[in-house]
Amino acid sequence: MRNRVCPSCPCDHGDKSESARLDRRDFLSKSLLAPAALLVVLEGKPADKAAAAEAPPPAAYDPTRHNYAMGIDPGKCIGCGRCVEACKTENDVPREPFYFRTWIERYVIQTDGETVVTSPNGGIGGFAPTTETGILRTFFVPKLCNQCTNPPCVQVCPVGATFTSQDGVVLVDGSYCIGCRYCIQACPYGARFLHPVTHTAEKCTFCYHRLVKGLVPACVEVCPTQARIFGDLKEQASPLSRFTRFNPIQVLKAHLNTEPKVYYANLDGEVR
Amino acid sequence: MISAAQPLTEVLQQIKGYIYPNEVELQWGLLVVVYPYVTGLVAGAFILASLARVFNVREVQPTYRLSLLTALAFLIVAPLPLLAHLGHPERSFEIFLTPNLNSAMAMFGFIYAWYLMVVLLLEIWFDYRKDAVLWARQGKSWLRFLHRIFTLGANDLSERSLRLDRRAGRLITLIGIPSAFLLHGYVGFIFGSVKANPWWSSVLIPIVFLFSAIVSGIAMVLLLYMLSCLVRRRDVDMTCADKLASFLLYALIVDFSLEMLDFIHRLYAAEESIHILSQMISNRLFLSLIVLQVLLGTVLPLLFLTLVSPAFRTHGRAVVKAPAELRRLVYFGSAMLIQMGIFSTRWNVVIGGQLFSKSLRGLTVFKLELLGVEGFFMSALLLLLPFVILYLLVVVLPPWPDREAQVEAANSAETAPG
Repeated sequence: MRNRVCPSCPCDHGDKSESARLDRRDFLSKSLLAPAALLVVLEGKPADKAAAAEAPPPAAYDPTRHNYAMGIDPGKCIGCGRCVEACKTENDVPREPFYFRTWIERYVIQTDGETVVTSPNGGIGGFAPTTETGILRTFFVPKLCNQCTNPPCVQVCPVGATFTSQDGVVLVDGSYCIGCRYCIQACPYGARFLHPVTHTAEKCTFCYHRLVKGLVPACVEVCPTQARIFGDLKEQASPLSRFTRFNPIQVLKAHLNTEPKVYYANLDGEVR
Repeated sequence: MISAAQPLTEVLQQIKGYIYPNEVELQWGLLVVVYPYVTGLVAGAFILASLARVFNVREVQPTYRLSLLTALAFLIVAPLPLLAHLGHPERSFEIFLTPNLNSAMAMFGFIYAWYLMVVLLLEIWFDYRKDAVLWARQGKSWLRFLHRIFTLGANDLSERSLRLDRRAGRLITLIGIPSAFLLHGYVGFIFGSVKANPWWSSVLIPIVFLFSAIVSGIAMVLLLYMLSCLVRRRDVDMTCADKLASFLLYALIVDFSLEMLDFIHRLYAAEESIHILSQMISNRLFLSLIVLQVLLGTVLPLLFLTLVSPAFRTHGRAVVKAPAELRRLVYFGSAMLIQMGIFSTRWNVVIGGQLFSKSLRGLTVFKLELLGVEGFFMSALLLLLPFVILYLLVVVLPPWPDREAQVEAANSAETAPG
């Protein structure tokens, strides 16, 4: 039996010789005190409350310790559109087919060299079977805000309502945005829209409200094939690090020097 | 469903190729077309005024004050389309309070305030002060009251004080020329610096904007001058009109050359975007770009002005010797065509830049609504408003040279001994 337990480790630091000396008399006298002790516990001792208040708080979220990014493996995407649906639900994105924080594109490259790209309702509900003939190759590509390291949207915002957080996520302060739409024009990826009700700019936030709780973005959570890999660039050992280490990585529109943080594995040259 | 959704659903059916889903809604509509058109007129009218003031082009002196008042009337209206366009106009003051200094658009408030307060209002004040002091002594009571307020109590008409007015006016015009360039060059920069958009992203855009501004400003003052003569039943000073037409032609040649340079450069460089941009020009912008902007708005006035104006006179004569009556008609017609052409230029830049997808795979359409803040009537109202403001300004501060002469005569009669 252990009468003193070290709070920090499972090992037994108790004085065994003392516990061995517990005789019948001691046992009975301590047993009589037990109900009284239980009552005190149930009542809640004021001294306990004070002790709880003095205890250090649970480790607070420290944004400086993270730099979030996402890996996407188009080879794994099956175009089910569950990520798009989850994003709309999680973030209250208007349901109309022209407001998206994330969407799926299907590329059909034909033998004659023509490329047909579609994204019906952003891919929600999946894609109808291809009707094209002479298909050379076809694949799906999830799209979202690229959380650029050099974000043009942040540069052009006249009031600084859109900004890069300390943990590397480009966010919009909806209470500050004046709705000039310059950021939407500046985004090379079509990742922003003006919310039709709030009249402020909207975009993917990597589900920031989930990140600070230690959760992954909703799209990543629901992806059945793990085509989306979420992670922290400051973490050496993570699925994202592994993903970027073992795949040839491309980013979208690299020539614009926006330095995206959404990394695509083995991306087809047709994708813009 | 959200009210905005209905027209967007219609757009969905007219998309050609593939566009990113968020591109279905065009972000900048007619109001943003009106904005560069109006600021262009401000800059152009001011540069015309500076021709008389700084470069001593005596022939255009009759339009000096009219140019200043035109610039002011349009400058007052310039921020209104932007304000009406904002999702949250009530937060617009944040541009002044907490500007993002990395943003070109954040500079708008400062450049606007500088131009209005330091350049235009001061120049008008120094130029009109002497007349306002004199007008405050005669005329209708409410006008006298306004003139008295205008003088701000500076009633000194001594030679020394008038010399100061002239010097200050000249200095402000000197500062005003680069400021006018800044005002409209900046508007061009707003578009030219968007690297995400191959239609806008060009270092030439600010310069093209500037010269098209000069063209539109001179054409507008020419129109207003001729109309004012008609209303006031005065003869058009043909020396002035000829000179204005010549300057209009010079500016138009530079403007057209720059636009052609931009066009040829794009065609020759043939970057990734060339296919979608060619499709856009031949499909969506054929009427507004090829017909209205280039043929009717530029080539035709170029031809007319080259033939009729004395810009390229040989042996003291224009290419075609035309009587004053015909020249007036040609000038008026050309200036009207130029206005239409420059408005089309603004349309083609602003709307054209949003008709193709940044995926470079498809084209969309622009649905112009009649009613609502972004509608046709609102923009029409904002385009008419400067003329109403100009009318009021002209009533309070008559810009006519003969009016000055009258005041001068009345004044000398008053002060004459006996």
